[in-house]
Amino acid sequence: MLEFPRWKYTIVAIVLVFAALFALPNVFGEDAALQVARKDREAVSEEGRASVETLLRGNGVTVSRSYVDDGRLMLHFAEVPEQLKARDLVNDQFAKEYVTALSFASRAPDWLRNLGLRPMPLGLDLRGGLYLLYQVDVNGAVDQLLEVYEQDLRRALSDADVSFTDVQQVTQDSERPNGVRVVLPEGSKTDAARDVIRRILPDLAAAQVNTPTGPALQVVLDDAKIKERQDYAISQNLTTIRNRVNELGVSEPVVQRQGVDRIAVQLPGVQNSAEVKDILGKVATLEFRLVDIQNSVSDAVQRGRAPIGSKLYDTRDGQPTLLKRDIIVTGDQLVDAVTAATDSGPGVSVKLDSSGGEEMLRTTRSNLGKPMAVVFIEQRREEVEVAGEKIVRDIKEEKVINTATIQGVFSNNFQITGLGTNEAKELALLLRAGALAAPIFVIEERVIGPSMGKDNIDKGTKALLYGMIGIFIFMAIYYRTFGVVACVVLSLNVVMLAALLSMLKAALTLPGIAGIVLTVGMAVDANVLIYERIREELRNGTTPQASIARGFEKAFSAIADSNVTTLIAGIVLWALGTGPIRGFAVTLCLGIATSMFTAILGSRAILTLMYGGNRRLTSLPI
Amino acid sequence: MEFFKKKTKFPFMGTRKIWYGLSVLLISVSLLSLWFRGLNLAVDFTGGLTIEAQFPTETNLDGIRGAVEKAGFSEAQVQNFGSSRDISIRLPPQPTLSPAEIRSRVDGALLEIEPNVKVSKVDIVGPQVGAELRDSSVWALIATVILIFIYVALRFNTLKLSVGAIIAALHDPILVLGFFSLTQMHFDLAVVAAILAVIGYSLNDTVVVFDRIRECFVANKRATPVEVLDEAVNSTLSRTVMTSVTTLIVVVVLYVLGGPALQGFSAAIIVGVIVGTYSSIYIAGAIALDLGLTAESLFPTRKKLAIDDMP
Repeated sequence: MLEFPRWKYTIVAIVLVFAALFALPNVFGEDAALQVARKDREAVSEEGRASVETLLRGNGVTVSRSYVDDGRLMLHFAEVPEQLKARDLVNDQFAKEYVTALSFASRAPDWLRNLGLRPMPLGLDLRGGLYLLYQVDVNGAVDQLLEVYEQDLRRALSDADVSFTDVQQVTQDSERPNGVRVVLPEGSKTDAARDVIRRILPDLAAAQVNTPTGPALQVVLDDAKIKERQDYAISQNLTTIRNRVNELGVSEPVVQRQGVDRIAVQLPGVQNSAEVKDILGKVATLEFRLVDIQNSVSDAVQRGRAPIGSKLYDTRDGQPTLLKRDIIVTGDQLVDAVTAATDSGPGVSVKLDSSGGEEMLRTTRSNLGKPMAVVFIEQRREEVEVAGEKIVRDIKEEKVINTATIQGVFSNNFQITGLGTNEAKELALLLRAGALAAPIFVIEERVIGPSMGKDNIDKGTKALLYGMIGIFIFMAIYYRTFGVVACVVLSLNVVMLAALLSMLKAALTLPGIAGIVLTVGMAVDANVLIYERIREELRNGTTPQASIARGFEKAFSAIADSNVTTLIAGIVLWALGTGPIRGFAVTLCLGIATSMFTAILGSRAILTLMYGGNRRLTSLPI
Repeated sequence: MEFFKKKTKFPFMGTRKIWYGLSVLLISVSLLSLWFRGLNLAVDFTGGLTIEAQFPTETNLDGIRGAVEKAGFSEAQVQNFGSSRDISIRLPPQPTLSPAEIRSRVDGALLEIEPNVKVSKVDIVGPQVGAELRDSSVWALIATVILIFIYVALRFNTLKLSVGAIIAALHDPILVLGFFSLTQMHFDLAVVAAILAVIGYSLNDTVVVFDRIRECFVANKRATPVEVLDEAVNSTLSRTVMTSVTTLIVVVVLYVLGGPALQGFSAAIIVGVIVGTYSSIYIAGAIALDLGLTAESLFPTRKKLAIDDMP
């Protein structure tokens, strides 16, 4: 009468084992830790790890655990002072090679970590930190592009000796300027001007219009082109901000596009928003220079200074290089840089504005076959200690990011080749990261103090614990033994929920904890529905075993139904919410799924084990 | 233990005029209050700035207010938050000042009063973001109600039950909003999340009752609709009350222990659970009944048979 097939037991058992395993990393707590990452974002090598550890040991800092995780070296410490000392030591000794970030790392044993099992990440409201929402001025990006077009056309038309009355921006079927118009003198032919436009803007069609002062040619950016430009501006700004965030030395930062034209930045542990905004908003730029091949690099290094007319630089991997002092082109003249497949493998296709193009043309014409270098220049603020006092100073850092041979004469459109696929991608990123394609400004800012975060965790877990105890007591009194079964099932539900959150790496937030607490309160509902049915069946004189079986059967549709409505609300919330609220939606929806499983399969398994074998059962402790 | 040892036989349907009256009264009060007093919208929706700070000793709100005013913010709202040592300062959007400037001025004013003050949380929301969050919250409420309406309509294939369920589902958030308007509690994003959860939650009670209505119509073919509905509500009463009690246990704990950040959220759910339970018991079924719910409207095929049987 009351049976539960073996395969269902097996499923319940397997799911519970996995749930326990996935939830396990959450119980170990955290150590103060130092995260050490290579500046070039390569993985930290074993030798690197050994040298850092030797340094720390030599200075009396005990590292309780260390391992390379996701390319970054994690060092655990027993105490916060040791963590801070270690950071200072590594920063002093390896400033060029590594960036460090203070963090907390799970104490979970290595075997769990090696299985890829991690505790659930904590949202900013639980860790403390800074949240910034940037608005990218995408219209500004389009304006900027139109200005470049306008300038280029003026210059090219003059160079080609085409007479024109004006080059102006036009607004066509739009609220903002979206095109450029070349107005020609009355009665003149348009062919010459058309040729120039075709050469300067090859992918845009010029249409003839008649103005009061004479014929005119105009190119208008269609919606797709405008969107392309805006997307470019946003992805470029994303890259720029991401690069800069990496420089900040924050553990587990999040930089992501939000909506159409926004960038959200989450920086756990950061409190000083003014400083961060300063760094994220700083200016970086690029220079193209010729390589000095007449003089020897090693001589210059030995002498400690470069010959006249040249300057000594470092490449990204620390190799010295000698470059000419004359700059061919700077990053301000860069319009676009994208990866491109070329005849000689992957490369980067670079587009300059017309003045840059001219300069490039002049240089390449007279320097065919010679190497040219790209220098990345960054302005950065650093806090240094001078005579016991902390002062902030601006630092200009210059690095050669690429050297390539000039293969032919070119002007504003050229390719940098001889790169690997990843190198090309990275170079394009770096080139684009050189300048902001559109202005950005902060429209939302939230700072949560570290003590507040801790406080929130404590309060949340306390509420969960006492809420569960309250329900346990109530259920045990109201449904006796069956109530205790419900409590066991409820605990399993929380374990499964923790497992799912850890598995999905869904950040736990304070509303998320509230969601778990609420789920616990509502998850009992499924048990209540079943138990009330069982009681009803018993009242109607059904035998105990049959009552249990029917209770489960009859309650099923009500359980499924009642969960659907909450699930609808949860999904809408997930779709429309952001940040912490999304955390609530996630726990609510997952909680519904786990509570269905535990109440229907879990409690049935337990009750069948308890009462299934006893045929002479006359009453139930319910 | 059982709340209702025997099968209860409360005449819910017979007394429904009283409950309608009560609901109409509560809804009117809520709507009037929403219209005249409005909601105490948090910085999430209005844009502006909130700073929460902790003082080492009890605070002197008037002193802080004065200092903040002296810093140039005459519209600042300063209040205690959670305890007498914690304060929250709210400012409307400041279009002429940069967030950093606002922050440093407020920090300066606080530090002047108490050098050991600890700023624990800062929220700065641009007016544009505030307006968007407001819009998306309204959309979330509308979308939830529409989706649930579709679900209920598909689920019960009769408009009478669907309308009953929807009115009950609208009834509850209006009362929660009314509660927030009357008490002028902080209305933030978490409260919106709570209200959505309440809509889902309250409907789930209603769905269970409606399921039972259907069952009772089948089981007891000769009973009148009033008898069937009373029977359905009574037989699910124990479950309805139980579930509310267990949910209330956890939410009350959350209200007491969860700290100030979750107080609005838990208050919304506490009120929502109470009115949700009430509306599932007293309102949802009664409306279906007054719309003329009979066995025929649930099982239309039998109607034909009945007509055929007539001489």
